[in-house]
Amino acid sequence: MSWLLSLPLLIPFVAGVAAFLLKGGPGGRWASVFGSVAMLIAAGALMMTVLREGVVAGQMGGWPAPYGITLVADYLSAVMVVITAITALAVSVYAMADVEARIARLGYHALFQILIAGVAGAFLTGDLFNLYVWFEVMLIASFGLLVMGGTKEQIDGGVKYVALNLVSTILFLTGIGLLYGMTGTLNLADLAVTVPTLENQGLVTVIAMMFMVAFGVKAAVFPLFFWLPASYHTPAFATSAVFAGLLTKVGVYALIRMFTLVFVGDISFTHEVLLWVACFTMVTGVLGAAAQNDFRKILSFHIVSQIGYMILGLALMTPLAIMGAVFYLVHHIIVKANLFLVAGVAFKIAGSTELKRIGGLYATAPLLALLFLVPAFSLAGFPPLSGFWAKFILVKAALEDGHGFVAFIALAVGALTIFSMTKIWAEAFWSPHPDKSEPRLSTLSPRERRALLLPIAGLAVLTCIIGLFPEPFVQFAERAAGQLLDPSVYIGAVLGVAE
Amino acid sequence: MEVLLSCLVGMLVAAAIYLMLSRDLLRFLFGLILISNAANLAIFVSGRLITGAPPLIEEGQDFPVGEVANALPQALVLTAIVIGFGLFAFALTLTLRAYRTLGTLDTSEMRVAEPKDPS
Repeated sequence: MSWLLSLPLLIPFVAGVAAFLLKGGPGGRWASVFGSVAMLIAAGALMMTVLREGVVAGQMGGWPAPYGITLVADYLSAVMVVITAITALAVSVYAMADVEARIARLGYHALFQILIAGVAGAFLTGDLFNLYVWFEVMLIASFGLLVMGGTKEQIDGGVKYVALNLVSTILFLTGIGLLYGMTGTLNLADLAVTVPTLENQGLVTVIAMMFMVAFGVKAAVFPLFFWLPASYHTPAFATSAVFAGLLTKVGVYALIRMFTLVFVGDISFTHEVLLWVACFTMVTGVLGAAAQNDFRKILSFHIVSQIGYMILGLALMTPLAIMGAVFYLVHHIIVKANLFLVAGVAFKIAGSTELKRIGGLYATAPLLALLFLVPAFSLAGFPPLSGFWAKFILVKAALEDGHGFVAFIALAVGALTIFSMTKIWAEAFWSPHPDKSEPRLSTLSPRERRALLLPIAGLAVLTCIIGLFPEPFVQFAERAAGQLLDPSVYIGAVLGVAE
Repeated sequence: MEVLLSCLVGMLVAAAIYLMLSRDLLRFLFGLILISNAANLAIFVSGRLITGAPPLIEEGQDFPVGEVANALPQALVLTAIVIGFGLFAFALTLTLRAYRTLGTLDTSEMRVAEPKDPS
C-alpha cells in the first residue's frame, strides 16, 4: 500500500533527476512529459484505491504511527494529487514550446518536476513537520523557476516572493514547535486526538492563528496576498500557469486540513475570522483585477479573489460549504492554469500581455478566442461550465447557513469577474491590434502549435465535462466533505494500521 | 534553563523584527536569519531540556529506561537548520543579483514589477 502512496512523490523526483541529466538537449523536456504521464497513471491508481477503501495510509520506513512519518490519502488528498498530475502534464507539454532553450539548459524541467513532487508531497503527508519539509521543497523549486530568466522584473518580483514566503515559513515552523511543545506529537491524526484533550485551549487558539497566518500567506488571502500580484506576471508562462494553478492551492489545502482536523475546538472564533478574511479576499482581489491593464496581472488578482471563495467554504464549515470548497479547488486549478496558458499563446502571436498593445485576436485567431472563452466564462461562473456549479454550491451553502450578506458578496464578486474577463475579451480579442498587425496562430511552427494548444484544449474539455456532467464530481466532493467533517475514519486509518 | 532560553527567543524575535522593518533588503535578510534561529530555539525548548541523559536504548529493549533527553526536537531543528541554510544561501544570492540588476537595495525603490505610480 505504501508503494502506491509514495509513487506520486517518487516519479516526479526520478523525472526531475532524469530531466537534469538530459537538460542540454530535447531529452530534458521529454523526461518531464513522461514523468508527468507516469505520475498521472500513479495518481489514477491511488484514486481508484481510495475510492474503493476510503482512506489509505502507509507508514514510511516501517515505524508505526504516530512515531514514524505517515503518508495518507483520503478523498481530498487523492483528488488533489490527480489534479496536480493533470496540471503537471498540461504544463510540461506546454513548456516544450514555451520555455526558451537558454532557460531549459539551466534545468527548468528538472526544477519543474521537483516542484510537482513538493506539491504532491504536501497533499499526501500526514505529518506536520513533513508538511513543512514539502513546503520547502516546493518553495525552493519555485524560487528557482521564478527568477530563471534573470530579467529586472523577475528579480524584483522574486525578491518580494522570496521574502514573504520565508517569513510565512518561519511562522509555520514556530507554530510547529509550539504545538509540539504542547502535545508531544506531530502526526496530524494523533494531533486531532490530542489537541481537544489539552487543558489550555486558549493557547491552542493562539497557535491556530499562527498557522492561519502562515498558510494564509501561502494561500494569498487578504491582507497577506500582496506578494502574488507582484511576482506572478514575471516568469515564463508555463511557470506562472503552474504557480497559479497549484501553489496557492497548497496553502488552501493546508488550511482546510488543519482547520477541519486539528483546530476545531474554537470554531466560533477561528472560522469567524476566516469568514471575514474570505469576504475581504474576494472583494480586494476582484477590485485589484479591475484596476489592472495587463493580461497576466488581471489573472493574478483573480487568483486572490477566487481563493476567497474556497476559504469561504471552509469558514462556513457546513457539509455543503466544505463540499463547495473541494469542488471549487478542483475547478479553479484547471481553469486558472488554463487562462495563464492562453495568455502565453496570446503573448506569442500578438507580442505583448499589456492589453493596450494587443488586439485583433478574435478576427484572426478565432480558435484561441474560443479556447479563452471556456475558462474565462467558467471563472466568472457562467452555466453550464464548472465554475457555475462551484459558485452555486457555495452561495447556496451561505444562504442556508443564514449568511445572506456573504452570499451577496460572492455573487457581486462573480459579476465583477465578468467585468474583468470582458475587459480582456474586448481589448485583446475584439478591438483591432494597435499596430495594425494580424496575430495568427499560423505564425507558430506546427510543433509549437501542437505543444501550446493541446494542453489548453485538453483543460478546456475537462472544464466542459465537469460543467456538463457535474453529478459524479459533486457526489465525490460530497463524500470528501463528509470525510473532512468526520475525521474518525482518517484517524482510524492512520493510527489503526500496524504496518 | 527553559525560562532563560525562552527569554532569548523573545529577544531574538524582537531584534529580528526591528531589522526586518528596515527598508534595506540586506538588513531584512539578517532579521530573517535571526528570526529563523529563534524558531529553531523555540522547537528545541519545546522538547523540554534534560541534561546528561542521552536517549540510548539498552540492548534487547524497545525503548529507553527512565527519563532521557528528547531526540526528536533536535532532529527537527537539524532539518530546519539545513533547509534554512539552503534558503538563505539562495536569498543572499538573489539579493546580490538584485543589487547588480536593479542598482539598489532599498525596497521602496524596487518597483520594476509593480504597476506604475500614477503621480
